[in-house]
Amino acid sequence: MTETALRTERILEPLPDEGGRERRFLFSPWHLVLLPLAAVMLLPLAWTVIASFETFAETQHFPPILRPATLRWQNYQEVLQLSPFPRWFLNTLIVTVLVVIANLLTCSLAGYAFARLRFFGRDAVFLLVLATLMIPFQVIMIPTFLIVRKLGLIDTLWALVVPNLTGAFGVFLLRQFFKTLPIELEEAARIDGASRLGILFKIVLPLSGPVLATLAVVTFMWTWNDFLWPLVTIYSERNMTLQLGLLTFQGAHKTNTNLLMAANVMSMLPVLGLFFLAQRYFIRGIATTGLKG
Amino acid sequence: MAEVVFDAVSKVFPGGTVALSELSLEVADGEFMILVGPSGCGKTTALRCVAGLERPTSGRILIGGRVVNDVSPRDRDIAMVFQNYALYPHMNVYKNLAFGLKQRKMPRAEIDRRVREVSRMLGLEELLKRRPAQLSGGQRQRVAMGRALVREPKAFLLDEPLSNLDAKLRVQMRAELKRVHARLGVTTIYVTHDQVEAMTLGDRIAVMSAGKLQQLGPPQEVYDRPVNLFVAGFIGSPPMNLLRGRAVSGRISAGDLVLERPGVPDGEVAVGIRPETFTPAADGLPCLELLIDVVEPLGDEIIVHGTTQGSSVETGAEEEEIPSVLEGARAPITARFDPGVRVRPGDRLRLGVRPERVHLFDLGSGSRIG
Repeated sequence: MTETALRTERILEPLPDEGGRERRFLFSPWHLVLLPLAAVMLLPLAWTVIASFETFAETQHFPPILRPATLRWQNYQEVLQLSPFPRWFLNTLIVTVLVVIANLLTCSLAGYAFARLRFFGRDAVFLLVLATLMIPFQVIMIPTFLIVRKLGLIDTLWALVVPNLTGAFGVFLLRQFFKTLPIELEEAARIDGASRLGILFKIVLPLSGPVLATLAVVTFMWTWNDFLWPLVTIYSERNMTLQLGLLTFQGAHKTNTNLLMAANVMSMLPVLGLFFLAQRYFIRGIATTGLKG
Repeated sequence: MAEVVFDAVSKVFPGGTVALSELSLEVADGEFMILVGPSGCGKTTALRCVAGLERPTSGRILIGGRVVNDVSPRDRDIAMVFQNYALYPHMNVYKNLAFGLKQRKMPRAEIDRRVREVSRMLGLEELLKRRPAQLSGGQRQRVAMGRALVREPKAFLLDEPLSNLDAKLRVQMRAELKRVHARLGVTTIYVTHDQVEAMTLGDRIAVMSAGKLQQLGPPQEVYDRPVNLFVAGFIGSPPMNLLRGRAVSGRISAGDLVLERPGVPDGEVAVGIRPETFTPAADGLPCLELLIDVVEPLGDEIIVHGTTQGSSVETGAEEEEIPSVLEGARAPITARFDPGVRVRPGDRLRLGVRPERVHLFDLGSGSRIG
C-alpha cells in the first residue's frame, strides 16, 4: 500500500474517540482567552432562547431579564397561529434540500472533471471558477435578478433554487479532495471496465463521505440562512422563506420581540441539529482537504 | 489468451521525457515475460501502454492481433495488478473480486461461481466479507491477484506485484505466481526490478534501460551471455566484476590478470568476471590478487569484498548508458565462495579465473566481443 492508499483507508475508518475513556479536562492558558470569547458568542444565542419564553414587556426591559417569571410557551403557539410559519418552514426546506442535492451532484461532476479529466483549457477554466469566489454577491445580485426575471421565476421558489444549483466553493473543495485519492484505484476501475461516470459514482464518491458531508452542511447552512436574495426575489407571503418570514414580526412601529425570538429559535433548530450530527465529518472534511496528495 | 506485440512503440511525456523509444517486443501466447530494468527505464510505461492507461506517442500495440492504440482499457480484455494493489477500500473482498465482472454485466450466478472458484484457488474463502483495511499485506496481494484472475482476461499485466511484501512472503508468492501461471497459461507481462524475480519467474526476460530494449532471451541465456555492459552490470547479484583492460593480439591484461583470448580485436576492453567464477585455489589458471576488506558469511556461501590492482568500469546501470572508467588506484572486486573457504579481512588471496568464463566487452560501444 502506498501512503496515499493508506491514508484513504484511514479516512474511512471511524475516528478514534479522542481521549476515549481517559478523557479529562486539561487547563491551558488558552482557556483564559477562549472562555470569554465563547461567552461572547453564546450570549446572544442564550438571550434569544430566553427571550422566546418571556412576555413582550419582559423583553423590553433594560437591563435584559435573564430569569423570566414564567416560561411563556404561548409565544410558540402564537407564532404558529399568527403567521404561516409551517409554510415558510416547508418553503425553506424545499429550497434548501434541492440546493444541497443539486450542489452535491454538480460540484462532484465538475470537481471530478477538473481533478482528473484532461481537456483543453482545463486549468484556465478552473482559475476562472476560482475567481468567481472573490466576487461579492452584492456585485452580481442585480444581473442575477435580471436573469431570473427573464426566466419568469421572480416570486417563486425556483428563483431561490436555480441560481444556486452549483457553486465555485463546492467545485473547488471537491476537486482538491478528489486529487488526493490514489489514482490507481481509478485506473484499476477503468481496467475493470467502469466508465468515467461509473468510476465517479462507484469508486470516487463512496470514498468521499467526509468531504461530501462538509459540502452538504456548508451549503445547507448557507441556503437556510440566506436572507438578502430571498428579500430581493420573493414578495408574496406564501412563498417566503423563514429568514424573510421572521422579518414580518418586525414592524415599523412595534416589534413583537418575544414572538420574533420564538420564531428564531424554531428556524435555528434544523441547522443546529444538522451541525451537531455532521460536525465530526465536517471537521474531518476540512482537515483532510487541507492535505496535499 | 493472446499474444502481445509492441511494434516500435515510443512514448514521450509532455515536457520531453522519453520513456520508451522504439520498443519492439513480441510476447507469445501464454508466455511469461519479464520486463526488468532500473527505475525510470520505461518498463512500467510499457506495461501501462498495454493496459491503455498511457497512449503511445508512436508505434502500435497489438493484443491478439488487434491494434489497440485507440481501444479504451475496458475493451482490451486485460487485467492488471498494481504495485500498491489498488483494492477498492470501501468494498469487501467479494465485491472487489466481483466488480470487474459486474461492470461487464455478467449474470449474478456466473459472477458468484467465478469469485468462489478464484477465492478457493488463492485461499481467500475465509476473507470474502472483509475489507482491504482488515487484511494483511499478503492477503491484499492475493486479492489483487484474484481480481485479475477472476476476469479470465487475454493477458495479465503485473507491475512489481511483490515489492511491498516482506522477504518471506515474497518467496511464497513467487512460487504461487508460477503455479498459477502454469495452471492457467495466460499471457503474462511482469514488471520488476528484482533480480531474483526476473531470473526465476519468466520464460524470457527483456532487459530495458533508458526506454530501450537491451536484451531479450531466456533468463539463463541473458545471465550467461549478456550482450552489452549494461546487461552485464544489471543482471546478477552481486553484480559482475568489470575491470578495465587492454587487448593486444589475443592477450588481454587487466591489472595483474593476464588472459589469452585469441581472436579478440586489439583495443580497450572491459573484462567481466562473475563473482562465482573465481576459484581461491589457483592451480595454473590466470590469477589476480585480492586484498580482502569485508567478509559476509551467508551460511550457504561467503561473499567477499575487496580490491585488486587496476581500475573498474562503471556500467551506469542505474543512470546513463555510457560506460565510464573509474580511475582509482585499485578496483573493487566481489567474489562468492563455498562456506568452507577460510578468509579474513586483510588477507591477500590469489584468485584463479577460467578464461572461457570471462566476458569481454568493447569499452567504446559497450557491446560484447567475446
